Amino acid sequence: MSEITLPARLDDLEMVKSIRTPARLEYDYMPGAAPSRFLQGVAQKRLLGQRCPVCRKVYVPARGCCPTDGVPTEEEVELPHVGTVTSFCVVNVQFYGQVMELPYVSALILLDGSDIPLMHLIQEVDAREVHMGQRVEAVWVPDDEIGPTLESIKYFRPTGEPDAAWDTYKDNV
Amino acid sequence: MGKQRVAIVGIGQTHHTAVRGDVSIAGLVREAAQRALDDAQMSWADIDAVVIGKAPDFFEGVMMPELYLADALGAVGKPMFRVHTAGSVGGSTAIVAQDLVAAGIHERVLTVAFEKQSESEAMWALSMKIPFQPPMHAGAGGYFAPHIRGYMQRSGAPDHIGILVALKDRQNALKNPYAHLHEHDITFDSVKDSMMLWDPIRYSETCPSSDGACALVITNEKGGDAAAAAGRPPAWVKGTAFRSEPTMFAGRDQVNPVGGTECARDVYAQAGITDPRKQIDVVEMYVPFSWFEPMWLENLLFAEEGQGWKMVEDGATQMDGDLPVNCSGGVLSSNPIGASGMLRFGEAAMQVRGQAGEHQIDGARTALGHAYGGGSQFFAMWIVGADKPES
Amino acid sequence: MRDVAIISLGQTDHARERNDVNDVEMLMPVLADAMKAANITKDRVDFVCSGSSDYLAGQGFSFVTTLDAFGPWPPISESHVDMDGAWALYEAWVKMQSGHADISLIYAYGRSSPGDIRRVMSRQLDPYYTAPLWADPVSLAALQARAGLEAGSFTEEQMAEVVAASRRNAKANPHAQLSGDAEAKALLDEDYFVSPLHKHDCPPITDGAACVIIAAGDVARELSDRPAWIRGFDHRIEPNALGVRDLTTSVSTRQAADKAQVAAGGVDVAEIHAPFSHQELILRDALGLGDDVSINPSGGALAANPIMAAGLIRLGEAAARIGRGEADRALGHATSGVCLQQNLVCVLEGE
Repeated sequence: MSEITLPARLDDLEMVKSIRTPARLEYDYMPGAAPSRFLQGVAQKRLLGQRCPVCRKVYVPARGCCPTDGVPTEEEVELPHVGTVTSFCVVNVQFYGQVMELPYVSALILLDGSDIPLMHLIQEVDAREVHMGQRVEAVWVPDDEIGPTLESIKYFRPTGEPDAAWDTYKDNV
Repeated sequence: MGKQRVAIVGIGQTHHTAVRGDVSIAGLVREAAQRALDDAQMSWADIDAVVIGKAPDFFEGVMMPELYLADALGAVGKPMFRVHTAGSVGGSTAIVAQDLVAAGIHERVLTVAFEKQSESEAMWALSMKIPFQPPMHAGAGGYFAPHIRGYMQRSGAPDHIGILVALKDRQNALKNPYAHLHEHDITFDSVKDSMMLWDPIRYSETCPSSDGACALVITNEKGGDAAAAAGRPPAWVKGTAFRSEPTMFAGRDQVNPVGGTECARDVYAQAGITDPRKQIDVVEMYVPFSWFEPMWLENLLFAEEGQGWKMVEDGATQMDGDLPVNCSGGVLSSNPIGASGMLRFGEAAMQVRGQAGEHQIDGARTALGHAYGGGSQFFAMWIVGADKPES
Repeated sequence: MRDVAIISLGQTDHARERNDVNDVEMLMPVLADAMKAANITKDRVDFVCSGSSDYLAGQGFSFVTTLDAFGPWPPISESHVDMDGAWALYEAWVKMQSGHADISLIYAYGRSSPGDIRRVMSRQLDPYYTAPLWADPVSLAALQARAGLEAGSFTEEQMAEVVAASRRNAKANPHAQLSGDAEAKALLDEDYFVSPLHKHDCPPITDGAACVIIAAGDVARELSDRPAWIRGFDHRIEPNALGVRDLTTSVSTRQAADKAQVAAGGVDVAEIHAPFSHQELILRDALGLGDDVSINPSGGALAANPIMAAGLIRLGEAAARIGRGEADRALGHATSGVCLQQNLVCVLEGE
């Protein structure tokens, strides 16, 4: 590396080591047509999956297209509010922008009748008791707080039913 | 005009560390690039084109950094390119650079991958809140932990396998002067007792956050032959491949993704490899959380499905094992995210050039460099060798 | 060099704001149109490369889920640049040179509507010295226009003529956002927006996407009646700092045009990626285009400016003229960065 020599008149000056330049940008977020239909369903306390016309799989929440076929998923399938934990982790790490209290359980939950797990929180149970195959149900926020957002579901909690058979969810692990 | 043979004749990297408070982003990349040029015994003027790669712009808050870095990387008046393929970017970048030489478009290409994580909020950038969803994303670890749990369930691997990998990689790093983490006092128990971050991933089984850059000088057969004649043997490219698949789809195997195996098959076929475990001497694979080592050993066909963890337990992936993995210390010891893929590719090249110093595997002639990104969905791999390919 | 041709182009009807769809939904029909026009289905695509920007989307890794619009299963060979799609096309062309692919699909998209686009684009500046000033692209372009006017490189009348021509040409382009009858004289009477630029000298705010398909040799001949063969392809970059370069000329465009051998055969039509009217004048000069060349028959970026796709569209539109038999040699140009810092030139020819 070549040496950089400063003019003598700069010798007494303090070097600037770093600068902090906050940058704030605001964006409008477009969920899109298919996710909007899903969110409008949530606002009515309904969980609507969407089926791909080609592979026939049910996606929830819908994203706008079937990711393997690249086509819109327009057929709606109403799903129950119960499902199976296909996997999970216990989050114990702080980071900038985090709002959740630690530790919390983040899980992949396969709603009955759907073909892809959705990610949500598990509560009302000791983190050490959460396990794969566990049956869980959605707990909604009070009716007057329900809106077009997955935050209308506060979390999922165990139903107390016996665990789901491995075969019913092994393709999603 | 057919495909040109491609040689790596210069490799440079920075000393990866938590904070490089002494250089700007431009200074960081220039340091790695200068080292690669020095290694290649070339000057900035010798370079025909520059290809850079890094993780999302939001990390450092610089949109399209190739624009800002054109001057620092001697790219003025030359073609300059910026690749972005999530975590695999360092690898993809090297492949795009080698493609320019293979196609006969340029003779000498400089490629640099970097991340200045101390000037970024990486966890925030990885966990940006998406509207209409609960704010639960907790970085990459939060995404991968459930899938690691899935591997443990499917394979029946014992709990300590992740600890063995972390210990190995960090001990290997002690032999790599450029690695970020030099944990002289690390032990099995110190890893085991470290805090669970995203159960089942512990703190000591997780990659650090590093400032760092890696650079390669890539040239054609003429340049490779000249370097060899001057006593600076190049690494010859034997095969390269990309594969991508969707992040989530019904029935997707996130533990052993099809894309990764297909990418490996492609690159093995190009390099004439039919028995990877025997024919590959050393591997640099992208392991940011220790459990990815057994998972990738299976994905890359070094072990049967469900058996990768046994290779770890048997010590096969230690430096004195029959398939050393991550002699450099890997991503677990240094993780400037955008650069990590290129570090894997570069370290593989160093091995077959006999340039890896204390972490050199004697007699290494064929090495695999591997990188992945996104939700285990983007894969980039190359095979490099000490011998010039046949055709 | 292996013969590679552009064989189709698909694009959205560019609009001020597409809040009815997300990026995946915006892209799907565009990919379908391009593939249909190229007579292929997705299984024939050997390589996919895309261009987009996380900063436009307001989300890190934004391009990851957008790939779903292609349906990448079984796994595909794919790459991405956080640059205009014109550079993604370049990467795909390079990939095909060494025989790794016979058919490549390139897509690009960008929404300017979600964020305050002028503030967002200021993040392209040097992070230590210039970005903290939040200098926006309109102001910087105005600075460049002022320099050019003072140097006598062009006049305000000429700038207005560029806009008028863009509006008129765009009438024939069903995808254009801004079109109509326009006269330079009337345009000049309008108030300044950021002096010396009027609002009409600046690009519209656009949400849009595009897809181009390229194929090699006989495969291109099989799929297209009149492939647009890539005969020259080059790109160059200039220094970042505005004070270090002459903003009234475009050195990198001249260099790229030279390498792409524009002068060798002349061109009938040129699609120039000039988001600001005065930039079209600078670029025409740098490309060495005479008065006999048809400039931006699509209306150019002044008619629709889906950032990250606008350059790709220029290449696609140039190829489309050849494909329809309206031209024999065409030029497509793309730019990136503030005040034309980086430029790409592609020369296309019909057989």
